[in-house]
Amino acid sequence: MTQTLLETDGLTVRFGGHVAVDAVTCAFHAGQLTAIVGPNGAGKTTYFNLISGQIAATAGTVRLMGEDVTRTSVAERCRKGLGRAFQLTNLFPDLTVLENVRLVIQAHQRKGFGLFSMAESHVELTTHAMAVLERVRLDGLRDQKVSELSHGNQRKLEVAMLIALDPAVYMFDEPTAGMSVDEAPVVLDLIAELKHDTDRTILLVEHKMDVIRTLADRIIVLHNGALAADGDPAEVMASDVVQEAYMGRELTDV
Amino acid sequence: MLTRPLSGDKPRSTVLTVLLLVILVALALAPFLFPGVRSLETAARICIFIVLVASYDLLLGYTGIVSFAHTMFFGLGAYGVALASVHMGRGWGALLTGTVAGALAAAALALVIGLFSLRVRAIFFAMITLAVASAVAVLVSQMSGLTGGEDGLNYQIPRELTPAFRLGELFGVRINGKLLNYYLVFFACLILFLLLLRIVNSPFGRVLQAIRENDFRAEAIGYRVVWYRVTATCLSAAVAAIAGSLFAIWLRYVGPDTTLSFEIMLDILLMVVIGGMGTMYGAVLGATIFVLAQNYLQSLMGVASEATEALPLIPNLLDPDRWLLWLGVLFILSVYFFPTGIVGRLRSGR
Repeated sequence: MTQTLLETDGLTVRFGGHVAVDAVTCAFHAGQLTAIVGPNGAGKTTYFNLISGQIAATAGTVRLMGEDVTRTSVAERCRKGLGRAFQLTNLFPDLTVLENVRLVIQAHQRKGFGLFSMAESHVELTTHAMAVLERVRLDGLRDQKVSELSHGNQRKLEVAMLIALDPAVYMFDEPTAGMSVDEAPVVLDLIAELKHDTDRTILLVEHKMDVIRTLADRIIVLHNGALAADGDPAEVMASDVVQEAYMGRELTDV
Repeated sequence: MLTRPLSGDKPRSTVLTVLLLVILVALALAPFLFPGVRSLETAARICIFIVLVASYDLLLGYTGIVSFAHTMFFGLGAYGVALASVHMGRGWGALLTGTVAGALAAAALALVIGLFSLRVRAIFFAMITLAVASAVAVLVSQMSGLTGGEDGLNYQIPRELTPAFRLGELFGVRINGKLLNYYLVFFACLILFLLLLRIVNSPFGRVLQAIRENDFRAEAIGYRVVWYRVTATCLSAAVAAIAGSLFAIWLRYVGPDTTLSFEIMLDILLMVVIGGMGTMYGAVLGATIFVLAQNYLQSLMGVASEATEALPLIPNLLDPDRWLLWLGVLFILSVYFFPTGIVGRLRSGR
């Protein structure tokens, strides 16, 4: 009996006449890594934006641990356990690596309104942040400004910030995009480690088939904004839907 | 040793450390180092503007919010003290009541403006503050029955803070109420500045910087960005109001030109930019240089003009009446050569 952590029910968003996400109904369970695949423009990132709240849904609902959060703000969803890493690196560029992670932990521990204490005096935040940085092997760069980091290290920091948030629902949007061959395994191993935590669920948007094959417990396919397939990785990847979607041919019977 | 009072935010530049110490010592001993009414006037004005500019830096430099209502909050504090002194009569109670009431009114007004406009876009906030500040300035000049209109208000403050209160002499300097008044201003400003320094180095201050850098991500890691922006606005407004109260206590006069004018708003903006946004110490340098230039550039030019009398054209250019032109030139040059402000420049080395 697995617990459902996140559900979308008929989730739809329309931009003018264009339906970017079309009535997607799907549930995500604890202890499962779900890969979300589909060709470019299929609505994967938009689907993520709807779940994490950056875009308001036209119709349908998002439920987080049974609670309807469709109209809830981004910050509030995050506080309720929804964590997201972004496809385009989205950090605090003028602050240090350590400060970026510390800010996340500080948010998680609700310490942001400490007005009269010195930030440096909260040693536990720093210790915790360093532990997270070690996991992505960025601890040596703690005092570096984020804007001075290499692209690969910025991607790692993006992942570190999500881990620091310690959410119930992890959302990774192409975490290894633009990373070199030697850098990607650090991040992928981390995601594999997170999978062992059976209280969590992981959503992963990814293009690389080998990554999906090794990590995914389940695959859902989005095509033109709609759910085109859902199931066991081997099964889904062999299906005509995926083959056709990735070949770029028109789907006739969705 | 100094880490705690400075909240761990050290100047991080030898030149800057020296400059700050010079300013601190000069202000602390101003009545003894620079005797005279005019120099003490200037010193008090520098103290007050350091706090006023630092509180604006909290908003502009740390949170990334542009406000045009800072003089309005400054004025609320000043008029608070003035009105309390006029209506409650001379006394310490009136000063305290006026200061507290002014700060609370400023924070409350900032809360309303913030909640109304910061939800939308930061630029909308700038426009609303401009509108509200203009409206308040007009109200103050029109409601002359209450505020004295364009003439402003004169009132009395406790005798202990006036020149009439004499205590004797020290190092050839007369110790009187005016001197006590100066030290009230000096220490109050020092405490307020250190308080602001603490706030920007607190966990809250870090969140403000995160919001300035990337409000989208700050929201996505769970910070309610609007509330942080509104809180920063209220704090900044309250500190500006207290600076205004000190100004009113020092001058024993308030009027629209000295506290509410748009010129002062522009001065504050320039002081923040010249000193260096988002550094707090920039406020110290910016305010000091600016106020000194405002007060002494004219006399300096008078001297220069006389000295060059024999030369063609140059004495005309250096005529004291042209001081605003030269002040303008100074700004353009400083912004051109120090785009990150003086502090930013000093910290980046060279």
